[in-house]
Amino acid sequence: MNTVTHPRPAAAAIRPRRRGQSPARFLIYLFLIFAALLYLLPLWVMVVTSLKTMDEVRASSIFAMPLAPTLQPWIEAWSSACTGLECRGVSVGFWRSVQIVVPSVLVSILIGAVNGYALSLWKPRYGNWIFGLLMIGVFVPAQVLLYPIVMFLSRLELFGTLTGLVVVHTVFGMPIMTLLFRNYYTSLPEELFKAARIDGGGFWRIFWSVMLPMSKPMLIVATIMQVTGIWNDYLMGLIFGGPELAPMTVQLNNIVNSTFGERAYNVNMAATLLTSAVPLLVYLLSGRWFVRGIAAGAVKG
Amino acid sequence: MTTSSPARRRPFNAWLHLAMLPMLITAIVAYLGATVWTFALSFTGSRMFPNSEFVGLLQYRRLFSSDRWSLAVENLAFYCVGSIVLSTLVGFLLAVFMDQKIRSESLFRSIFLYPFALSFVVTGLVWQWMFNPQMGIQAAVRGWGFESFTLDWIVTQEYVMLWVIIAALWQGSGLIMALILAGLRGVDEEIWKAARLDGIPVWRTYLSIVLPMIGGTVGTVLTLQIIGSIKVYDIVVAMTRGGPGLASDVPAKFIMDNIGARANLGQAAAASVVLLLTVIALLVPYYYFTKQQKSKRERAK
Repeated sequence: MNTVTHPRPAAAAIRPRRRGQSPARFLIYLFLIFAALLYLLPLWVMVVTSLKTMDEVRASSIFAMPLAPTLQPWIEAWSSACTGLECRGVSVGFWRSVQIVVPSVLVSILIGAVNGYALSLWKPRYGNWIFGLLMIGVFVPAQVLLYPIVMFLSRLELFGTLTGLVVVHTVFGMPIMTLLFRNYYTSLPEELFKAARIDGGGFWRIFWSVMLPMSKPMLIVATIMQVTGIWNDYLMGLIFGGPELAPMTVQLNNIVNSTFGERAYNVNMAATLLTSAVPLLVYLLSGRWFVRGIAAGAVKG
Repeated sequence: MTTSSPARRRPFNAWLHLAMLPMLITAIVAYLGATVWTFALSFTGSRMFPNSEFVGLLQYRRLFSSDRWSLAVENLAFYCVGSIVLSTLVGFLLAVFMDQKIRSESLFRSIFLYPFALSFVVTGLVWQWMFNPQMGIQAAVRGWGFESFTLDWIVTQEYVMLWVIIAALWQGSGLIMALILAGLRGVDEEIWKAARLDGIPVWRTYLSIVLPMIGGTVGTVLTLQIIGSIKVYDIVVAMTRGGPGLASDVPAKFIMDNIGARANLGQAAAASVVLLLTVIALLVPYYYFTKQQKSKRERAK
């Protein structure tokens, strides 16, 4: 991802690629700006519509600037939009999602890190075998596993509970988290681990005092991946959350797709933006890390 | 690797095995066990709850003679091919343009990539509005004076899948761009110099020299998209709810409906198994291909 990896000063001096091709450069920028506008269009539509009154939405084009911007749709979306069951806005789903995401992210990353640490440094004899089995999870469609997991969880009386959802997110996130940390710990110099062993460190001692403090880059990447992934999840929340723990994505879909009568587009778009706020913030604040995370997960997965 | 030599085999480490327990249970129970269970269910006449009434291949025969299933499979095939081809093309094109040493590269990157931070539910809802004939693009363009402009494909059975593809393209092509761009940055500058000295046009160099060189990245990108697009569910639910009618039904939705509202567990299980076998059939050749390439490269060293 680093744009300055190649030492290119000498090449730039002799390179004829740039020699006065200004029409070509102009076309390159034209293409990129046009493409960028297309990618921004849906966001623009959401933002301007969410700031209009319904009268103005009906009267104006979806692309038009709001004439009299109002925050009323945002307030309504947050605190009083109806899902068909209740009229308490997306704030309910927001807090539920927070409640789900925080423990799920912590548990899934911790277990992934321990797995990766055990596999790459302690090398249990059956490790590769189990790891291979775990990799089934990368390509098996979730639908294949859903019903049996529902049954397992209801047998344990965890179905529809927060613990159950945390377990589900941990189980479905485990392959990629384990892979991420396994690859990272394998890339560290082995002497480090050996030295810690000679100093008499045990399994947990080495993990907590040596390896985990060294894993900051992977911890950041994993947090970004899991926060956005679990926040954006719909399927697991729909099935394992039930009505009590429906996350924000499920609630948003209920609000938008199950209202009767005239649809309040402005409120719906405000609700959609509110639902996207957390992953968008994570994305904008993390910048390079975000790309690095998906690249690490994608390329090696 | 040396630590595992038999002479220095470590004593049994209880903590290590305890730490491996979550992974062991996940791999064996949640992945292997659940897959086997679904496989077994597909040979039973289970309705709302699992039962052990053995019906042989009846569920599969029923599945393959079901019109709804064949439509769902057709839609999925169209969606997979369409979205993979388009996303890869657009992603590659954007990456090539981004690779021209442009200014504000990170701004463009953020713009192309932000939709990837949004969930499929949000993507589906946004594009549902964009394509809504009364409110969306059609109404806006008509408002500009083009009275006969028609863009009502989302309510047209023949074209609805195309809209889903466009929404998915918007959401996912930024990731493809980022991955391919990383691949392009890895290409040796010498290659470019040599091609320029030989007077090969830039576009030829990309197609005939650079593209084959980043074959690994392209393979990863394709695998990711195959795995992702076969699971397609959320975006369809949010955008069209499978409609109009059943025109945008997909296998994942067929399975979910059969588990839930239609209370036909055996049928859902058979459909899941077919979906899983399809994924395996698509990925196994790729796996062997990359393995062969790797061993070839190693032999060449």
